Amino acid sequence: MTTIRILVGTRKGAFILTSDGKRRKWKVDGPHFAGWEIFHMKGSPVDPDRIYASQTSSWFGQIIQRSDDGGRTWTQPGSDDSAAKAAAQGIPQGKSNMFVYDTSKKTGKPLSTHQWYDGTQHPWEFARVWHLEPSLDDPDTCYAGVEDAALFKTTDGGATWHELAGLRGHETGPNWAPGAGGMCLHTIVLDPVNENRIYCAISAAGAFRSDDAGKTWTPINKGLHSEYIPNPTAEVGHCVHHIEIHPSNPNILFMQKHWDVMRSDDGGDTWREVSGNLPTDFGFPIAVHAHEPETIYVVPIKSDSLHYPPDGKLRVFRSRSGGEEWEALTRGLPQEHCYVNVLRDAMAVDRADPGGVYFGTTGGQVYASNDGGDSWEAVVRDLPAVLSVETQTIA
Amino acid sequence: MIRVVLPFHLQTLANCEKEITLEVEGAVTQRSILDALEAGYPMLRGTVREHVSLKRRPRVRFFADGEDVTHDSPDAELPESIATGAQPFMIVGAVAGG
Repeated sequence: MTTIRILVGTRKGAFILTSDGKRRKWKVDGPHFAGWEIFHMKGSPVDPDRIYASQTSSWFGQIIQRSDDGGRTWTQPGSDDSAAKAAAQGIPQGKSNMFVYDTSKKTGKPLSTHQWYDGTQHPWEFARVWHLEPSLDDPDTCYAGVEDAALFKTTDGGATWHELAGLRGHETGPNWAPGAGGMCLHTIVLDPVNENRIYCAISAAGAFRSDDAGKTWTPINKGLHSEYIPNPTAEVGHCVHHIEIHPSNPNILFMQKHWDVMRSDDGGDTWREVSGNLPTDFGFPIAVHAHEPETIYVVPIKSDSLHYPPDGKLRVFRSRSGGEEWEALTRGLPQEHCYVNVLRDAMAVDRADPGGVYFGTTGGQVYASNDGGDSWEAVVRDLPAVLSVETQTIA
Repeated sequence: MIRVVLPFHLQTLANCEKEITLEVEGAVTQRSILDALEAGYPMLRGTVREHVSLKRRPRVRFFADGEDVTHDSPDAELPESIATGAQPFMIVGAVAGG
C-alpha cells in the first residue's frame, strides 16, 4: 500500500503529515524541534526512512537533524559511537552544526567579500542552511545550500560537511548581493541522468550549473531580464526564486524569478519567458507534475513589496503546455480576504496516480490536491508560518 | 561549582534544566565557563559562540550578578559571586523588537 508523507518546515517547528495513497485522511505529527525554525526537510529518494532537517535560529545558529525511521526519532548526526551512552541520557554529542567555508589552499577559495545591500563589500558569513538535497542514489550523501551563499556536501550522513568551494569562489562572487531574505543558496537540482550535473540558484546572484560534480561552476542566466539591477541582462545579479526539473526530460528547466516565469530547453544555457497570461508573474515557488512533464504550477503574488495574492484570492495557476497558457485553480482555496504568501520551497508534488500537489502558506495552512490541482483541501489550517513543503511517496 | 542559566532553546537542545552546574578550573571568566559548557554539552558548540572564531554570537548576551558583561573581555575575571556559585552566570537570548 502506498504511503504519502508531507514534510512541513515552519517558523516554530517541523510537522509530518501522513496518509495512505487515497490521501483523504491525514495524521498530523509534531511539532518536532518546537520553537526552532525548520527551513527545510527532505527525504532520501533511495531510503525514505532517511530524512534530513535544517533546524536553525538567528540566535543560536545551525543544527542538522537526521531521522533514520521516517521522522519518528531524530539525532544530530555528529554523534559518535562513544556518545551513545550520553545520548541515552539525553545529551547527544552533536557536532553537525558546523558549516565552515573552505579556505584551505588545496581545495578551498580565499574568503573574499560580496556586495552588501548598500553596494559596499561585506565579509562572507555563515547564517543558516536554507535547503537540503539528498543524493539520488546514496542516503549518506546530501547537499546543503546555505546563507551566505555556498554549497556544502556530506558523504557521511550529515556528520561532517565540506564546502564545494568552486561555486563561492567563482570569479563573479564579489558581485553577488543579498535579496530581501539574505544572500541564500536556496535551490539545488540534481540531474537524474547525468550524475556530474548539478544546478543551483542564489538570491540574488542567479542560476549556476556544474558539469563536474560541483568542482567548477558556470552562471546560466542568458535570457533573464531583471529591470531592478543596473545591467538587466548581466551575467549574475538576477533574483532567481526557484528552479524545478522533470526527471523524464532533465534538459527542460522551469524557473520562477523575482519577476517572470522562465523556461529552458537546453539545460539552462538559454532561457525564455513563459509568463503568458498570468495575472502577475511575480512569485516564489514553481512545481512540475510528477507524470506530466509539461504541466507546471505557480502561485502569483503582488509585489515588489506586497507579497500577497492579487485581489485577496489564493489561486494556483497551472499550465499544461509548459508555460504561456495558464488557468486559475480556485476550487477549495479562499477567494476573498486572503493575504498569505507561499514561499519558494513550500510547494511540492507526490508521485502517486493521479498526481498530488501540495503547498503551505505563511498563514499556516497546508493545502493538498489529489486531482492534479483541480480541487484543493486544507490538510491543516493553523500551523506556524510554513517555510517548506516536501513529499515522499512510499510504495 | 559554577551555576549557569541557559535560554529556553538551548535547554531543549541540551535536554537539560534551566540551570546547570559546571566545574571550571582556574580563573572564572566567560571563556573558561563557555569552554566548560561546551565540553559538558557538545551539542551547544556553535550556539553561544561561533565554531571557529569563538566569537559570541551577535544575539547572545551574558549577565553576571545583575551586571551586563556581554561586551567585557572574554578573559576578564567574573565577580566572586559567580566563582563561588552564589549567583548564576546567565546566558540570555537578546530580545529583538517589541
